[in-house]
Amino acid sequence: MFENKEMRQVYSETLCELAQNDSRVVVLEADLMKSSGTQVFKDKFPQRFIDVGVAEQSMISVAAGLSNMGKIPFASSFTAFATRRPFDQITISVAYAGLNVKIVAMDPGVTAELNGGTHMSFEDVALMRSIPGAVIVEPVDSIQLYQFMKQAYEMPGLVYMRVYRKTKELFFNQDDKFTIGKGHLVKDGKDVTIVASGIMLKQALNAAQTLDKQGISARVVNIHTVKPIDKDIIIESAKKTGAVVVAENHNIINGLCSAVSEVLSENYPVIMSRIGVRDHFGEVGKVDFLMKKYKMTAEDIVESAKDIITKKR
Amino acid sequence: MTELEVVGLKEKCKEIRKIILEMIGTLGVGHIGGSLSIVETLVVLYYKEMKVDPKNPHWEERDRFVLSKGHAGPALYAVLADKGFFPYEWIYTLNKPGTNLPSHCDRLKTPGIDMTAGSLGQGFPAAVGMAMAAKLDNMQSRIYAIVGDGESQEGSVWEALMLAGNKKLDNLTAFIDYNKMQIDDYVENINSLEPIADKYRAFNWNVLTVDGHDVRAIYEAVQSAKQTKGKPSMIILDTVKGKGFKLGEGKVSSHNMNITEEQWKQAVEELYK
Repeated sequence: MFENKEMRQVYSETLCELAQNDSRVVVLEADLMKSSGTQVFKDKFPQRFIDVGVAEQSMISVAAGLSNMGKIPFASSFTAFATRRPFDQITISVAYAGLNVKIVAMDPGVTAELNGGTHMSFEDVALMRSIPGAVIVEPVDSIQLYQFMKQAYEMPGLVYMRVYRKTKELFFNQDDKFTIGKGHLVKDGKDVTIVASGIMLKQALNAAQTLDKQGISARVVNIHTVKPIDKDIIIESAKKTGAVVVAENHNIINGLCSAVSEVLSENYPVIMSRIGVRDHFGEVGKVDFLMKKYKMTAEDIVESAKDIITKKR
Repeated sequence: MTELEVVGLKEKCKEIRKIILEMIGTLGVGHIGGSLSIVETLVVLYYKEMKVDPKNPHWEERDRFVLSKGHAGPALYAVLADKGFFPYEWIYTLNKPGTNLPSHCDRLKTPGIDMTAGSLGQGFPAAVGMAMAAKLDNMQSRIYAIVGDGESQEGSVWEALMLAGNKKLDNLTAFIDYNKMQIDDYVENINSLEPIADKYRAFNWNVLTVDGHDVRAIYEAVQSAKQTKGKPSMIILDTVKGKGFKLGEGKVSSHNMNITEEQWKQAVEELYK
């Protein structure tokens, strides 16, 4: 069901599955249907597919209006244009108005690749995190995406999802169960914890392998839901390992790193470090190049883990 | 509409103005100008045209109304209070701690408010989304919206105008409260909308212009809009900001102004002179 499929294909197929069983499901695009992969949905449900054109602000308010009449809108764009541009509309028309809109945004962080700095959002999670009640989810692969879309559909309110549309890589099995708001222990360990979201999970797992070879036991936790964050698994990890590296494909300010840091400092302070974009704008480049440039690779995680282990109290 | 009905609606306009003045007067400050300029339109919609049920504000088959210029909330609250959507006494709580009547419309707080608005340029596109939803479900309900003239400087209003025209949303009737004033100055001096009717026509809207204080003219325009197929309708309301309140009428400063007890009581007396 998920093998050899880009995430965007699974996005569109899941939308079709939801729409098949529920006439309330509608899809909105702002001239990026081809990027989001929702052509399939358009072909199957032309009446329920609304491409507003290049107009993200009205797309979000229109989605709010549709929700106000009982529809369940899924609206897509790139992460940059799905958040920065219509931030007030998301805040007021959707969240403040208590309406039910799902925003599924493509190309988070460095995955915007050759579209470069204008399209590369390192601040979308930060923006969304500051909206009361917003749920923020970043599925690692299509298996998580599928489960999270179904949960988002069931869940009233604003859900924001970041999707690396082009990846086909699977990290989990179809039988694995994931729940929005519950962190996922991917690998146990006792010396250090690596908390990772999105594309950084792969780097975290590679780093853990390297560390293992060097006699350091790393625990790896996937926090797919930045908000509401799973405090329990973070506190438990801190207690078990005494050091936490957080890795995210986003500015290290006000995203997952900050969310984890808030949990730790309020509940169980331990040494931690942050892997991510260190307050830079984006630029043109392939994912590998950008991850090296911004020091977001497995090697960077290894180095950071070893460093904080020496600083444990 | 009979002459008797016209007289009745005109009388209702006085009552609504009285409630607005009393509501804002009790607080001592508020958006008087833009509330008073839309009274006739609200009265035509709520006392003659729209299908609504005060006892069942969420009635599925009702017509919907979006006050995109959400700062004119007090005008709509006056109508909703008078119609019994909520206890009349609520009008004395406007903007007071814990109130259900905040300065800008909030669908979660006030029975009868169909959409939250206040951050300008958002209620109108939401109304467009509502009209789309009504079309999808073949609903008979019509969607009404009032957008401000200053508000129409927001780009999102034009995004939605273009979309509604292209989607042929003939179940949508919008009004622009063209009182020609905004917070800082006359609209013309800030960033003129003219030629406004031509602009709407160019966006594939059916356009009607009426005296926004003439209940018969408004009613007839609303009927004409309902009969227009294949296009949304925009009714340009030629209005006077602060209409009916001598101290604010036709004044830019009436957008948000102070009002004393003596002033509002005096103003109510003048309404009935």
